[in-house]
Amino acid sequence: MNKRFTTRRAVMKGLASSAAITLAGCSTTEPPTYGNVLRMGDWLTYNAHRLLLPRQSLAREYDLRDISAAPAIGTTDPTDPSQGGFMQEFAEDYARLLNGGFADWRLTVEGSVAKPSGFSLEDLKRMRSRTQITRHACEEGWSAIMEWTGVPLRAVLEAAGVLPDARFVQFHCYDAFIDGIDMLDALHPQTILAYGMNGRELPIAHGAPLRVRVETQLGYKSMKFLRGLVVTSEFDDNGPYGQIQNGWSWYAGI
Amino acid sequence: MSNAIESTVPQRHALWVRVSHWVLAFSVFTLAYSGFYILLVHPRLYWGEVGNDLTPALLELPLNDNHRPEAWQQTVTFDTLANTPISASRTEDIFNANGWARSLHFLAGWIFVVAGAFYFAFGVVTRHLWRDLWPRRGGSYSLLQRCAYTGVAFVLLPFMVLAGLAMSPQVVAAFPILLHVFGGHQSARTLHFFGFVAITAFAVGHVAMVVLTGFGRHMRAMIVGR
Repeated sequence: MNKRFTTRRAVMKGLASSAAITLAGCSTTEPPTYGNVLRMGDWLTYNAHRLLLPRQSLAREYDLRDISAAPAIGTTDPTDPSQGGFMQEFAEDYARLLNGGFADWRLTVEGSVAKPSGFSLEDLKRMRSRTQITRHACEEGWSAIMEWTGVPLRAVLEAAGVLPDARFVQFHCYDAFIDGIDMLDALHPQTILAYGMNGRELPIAHGAPLRVRVETQLGYKSMKFLRGLVVTSEFDDNGPYGQIQNGWSWYAGI
Repeated sequence: MSNAIESTVPQRHALWVRVSHWVLAFSVFTLAYSGFYILLVHPRLYWGEVGNDLTPALLELPLNDNHRPEAWQQTVTFDTLANTPISASRTEDIFNANGWARSLHFLAGWIFVVAGAFYFAFGVVTRHLWRDLWPRRGGSYSLLQRCAYTGVAFVLLPFMVLAGLAMSPQVVAAFPILLHVFGGHQSARTLHFFGFVAITAFAVGHVAMVVLTGFGRHMRAMIVGR
């Protein structure tokens, strides 16, 4: 349901005509403004939320009967060359893993961790699990309520042993996108890596075998088709694979 | 000064009134402009917590092709659940300018909130709000004008801020009461849209009255203060 790819090409075209959003790559210790006037507003929102709002409030959870129809947008099949996030190398890997029922799939956890690890789906399912019925709010304006089952990101990070300098968690995906959240959202009790949806295995269109659910931000931060996590001490915009250079706010809590 | 004289002498606006007026006017215009672009991405309105292309809409605004997209391919029926919800995949790109439109909207929102707080604080301290805007007879403005100004400044615009905040995932996690007050995420969005319509109607009426009752005189009063 990550939206941003929907129109990645359109956005790129739009960027060409909108000099105000043209950004240079860079890496800083803070979510960047790049001196860009639009990013300054996003920076203000991020810092105001972190400063003024109570930490790690829980998003509302719903009943089974509230579960609604749910669009799948953005990348719905990483092996489809017509989709925005397609990358040949990842598509071949993904097709192979899918063929094997994801038995050979591993979630790599690297960066600022004591034990860089690779977790199989079975490993993750053996960890503690959380099931939550939450509302997915897409930046486009629509919303849907779905049930997600997965392992709290906190549990995975604990298993890998996060080092004290860790400040961000980056999600690397088979649709070639990379995006991240800060540690506050990463350790939020409702931030899970979901392998189940509405009582079934996570469908391909929704990010099989594993996707993120960040319930305190808009849908586009809930990355699909996870490949690995990288824990970092510095902010990284991930260049053209990230949100910012494509014109989107890194922080999507609003 | 008698009321009769006051109502014929052009209003003299203090510097802080002039500055706040133009900063607020600029931010509200930018909010309306960027908000319209945000609406164009999904010109369908709903009531309650959820609404999307796979659920019925309260209102479909035929502003572009996005109001009734047909490029959906059904992928899953969740027969694991009693109400067997479905999921479908979008098969075509849609118009989406939300990258810049959302960021611009919130930047303008910040400017609006800061300028609005400044205006309110000065308005209370100088008694400007009571003297010139509060609905009562007498003073420079008619009762109707006072009702319009008060309604927009102290009812409609704050309502828009709250309805906007009710759509923020981080804010409603912290203050779930916002969701209950507005009847859900999509209800808040729908009410935010009707608020936009009302503010636009006020702005059109306001500018029309300025033009009809002496454009140069009013503009001079709001720019140089005399």
